[in-house]
Amino acid sequence: MELTLAIIITVVGASTPILIAALGELVVERSGVLNLGVEGMMLIGAIAGFVVQFHTGNPYLALLSGAAAGMAASLIFGFLTLSLSANQTATGLALTIFGTGFSALAGSSYSARPVTLMQPLLPAEIATHPIGKVLFGYSFPIYFAFVMVVVIWYFLHKTRAGLILRAVGENDQSAHSIGYSVLGVRYLAVMFGGAMAGIAGACFPLLLTPQWAERMTAGRGWIAVALVVFASWKPFRLLAGAYLFGLVMTMELYAKAGGGVLSVIPSELWAALPYIATVVVLVLISLRRDASTNAPACLGKPFLPAN
Amino acid sequence: MTLSRRTFVKVGGAAMALPLLGSRAFAQLEKVKIGFIYVGSINDNGYNYAHNQGRLYVEEHLGDKVETIYVENVPEGPDCERVLRELAQQGCNLIFATSFGFGDSVVKVAPQFPDIAFEHATGYMSGPNVGLYNARFYEGRAVCGTIAGHMSETGKYGYIGSFPIPEVVMGINAFVLAARKVNPDATIKPVYISTWNDPAKEADAARAMIDQGIDIIAQHTDGPAALQVAAERGIVGGFGQGADMSAFAPDTQLTAIIDHWGPHYLASAEAVLAGTWAPGDTWEGLKEDVVQMGPYGAKVPEDVVAAAEAVRTGQIDGSFHIFTGPINDNTGAERVAAGVTMTDAELLSMDWYVEGVEQPA
Repeated sequence: MELTLAIIITVVGASTPILIAALGELVVERSGVLNLGVEGMMLIGAIAGFVVQFHTGNPYLALLSGAAAGMAASLIFGFLTLSLSANQTATGLALTIFGTGFSALAGSSYSARPVTLMQPLLPAEIATHPIGKVLFGYSFPIYFAFVMVVVIWYFLHKTRAGLILRAVGENDQSAHSIGYSVLGVRYLAVMFGGAMAGIAGACFPLLLTPQWAERMTAGRGWIAVALVVFASWKPFRLLAGAYLFGLVMTMELYAKAGGGVLSVIPSELWAALPYIATVVVLVLISLRRDASTNAPACLGKPFLPAN
Repeated sequence: MTLSRRTFVKVGGAAMALPLLGSRAFAQLEKVKIGFIYVGSINDNGYNYAHNQGRLYVEEHLGDKVETIYVENVPEGPDCERVLRELAQQGCNLIFATSFGFGDSVVKVAPQFPDIAFEHATGYMSGPNVGLYNARFYEGRAVCGTIAGHMSETGKYGYIGSFPIPEVVMGINAFVLAARKVNPDATIKPVYISTWNDPAKEADAARAMIDQGIDIIAQHTDGPAALQVAAERGIVGGFGQGADMSAFAPDTQLTAIIDHWGPHYLASAEAVLAGTWAPGDTWEGLKEDVVQMGPYGAKVPEDVVAAAEAVRTGQIDGSFHIFTGPINDNTGAERVAAGVTMTDAELLSMDWYVEGVEQPA
């Protein structure tokens, strides 16, 4: 029981940055833009968050700085792909490479500098009981991620602005002809995605390992990008997917570290599960009769007004 | 020039003949240019940081007689060959490939540049111009294991490994052999995470082990993440690896194994300058000061410090060797008879765990 609760706490920590970054990317892709620079924006957010946490010790300010830094990085991508209609795939990859190098440069004088972890959001009295700890013992970003799942779902499916965003992603020419600003909507979406990636990156020094290390996100930005497809662009499926990946990544380690019940499933199988799950989901999606993958129809295509 | 079949055959033939020239005398030099290849970042506060400190040590001692260049974050694989060739073409006289996984690339590239001295750290494949160098990190592990044996309450230790290579296996074995000299029931659980540098994964591996009852953690990855988790969870302690990591966990670091490559790098650079460099196969440790121990943590009691110091000085004066039998493997079979010390060759190909190591899943 105690171990189960401990595992849940670790899973939540591992899943949260992936979920936050993927939620941002989901909104970006729903507007018809494919930004493969999530990993780079996360690293820029991570170093910005680290530096602010190191100098001010205020984790909320650190998260905000991560968001601002991620947003600034996303504007480079936005300018190139939206205003200049550059190839989105290539630009996104370039943004990842840029983010890796830039964060390493910015962080080069911050080695051997630990920071303090973000404290739990709620008072410790609520989280004294183990089950209370599992529910209420986390710091702000964990709850933020859950709230954002609902907010984004509500925004996309229940609000007029969300409908416009989806329209821009499904048929940019029609949205344009009705009079909506396709590029304006996409700029906002890209900036939102950048801010979310930045927050996700800042979670690494604030929640997981209170230090700066080059490439500390270690590929989790790519998992976030893949999860959006895995979740077929739906926020609640994204929540399930992020926690499934977090669970599997964590259980591999617990299975390796433990004996008894945990070693019933070999760690190699845990390690392989994300890939097996991805294949299964892709097969299920393509088995559907209407062959609809739910992908936004204009995903990855530059917008060039017809008239 | 157009590449006709004839010139192609000529050039190819010449290239193929190059390695046949075999080992040749190196010329004396006015100035030596040294290239370093690191598998991670020089800011990792651990393994790569320590190698870079060695580079700075050489610069400090040789002044304007040396020029160094380094390449960070070089993946262990084909890309290493490209980096090696680039360093060679930039005029390096001496190239240090500082990670185990660079070995294949070094033995492939070195024959094409017979005038350049290559040295590969922690590897096993040498050549006419490929030397090997290594440090007896296991001596440091024996000191750490002694402390763990005295201080652990549960007698269960965790060990985060990168890959199950002899270097790592040897460290795990040395650690638990030393601990079991103090607490014969002690056990250690290795968890391999298949990477040298993924702080979040190192931290999660540490959490996974601490949640399952270990109270002392050691790691053979490049950063301080595991030590920080140990501090966060308030377990008995952990160890710095590669460098003194006490800045990250001042109360939790019991001691640290410090890689001190400077003297070796300096000796090689001076040999290249003098034209006397020959491919060596050095394996130095506490005695030669290539491995150092960090300061003992405040919570290590005096008698434990004394026990650890006895192990340290014993390894310096040669009276103590952690791999002296009797040693059983973790299936209970005797591997080393009483009084026999394992040879270096046996250690460098170690692929079995001693008693007390839980077989990694």
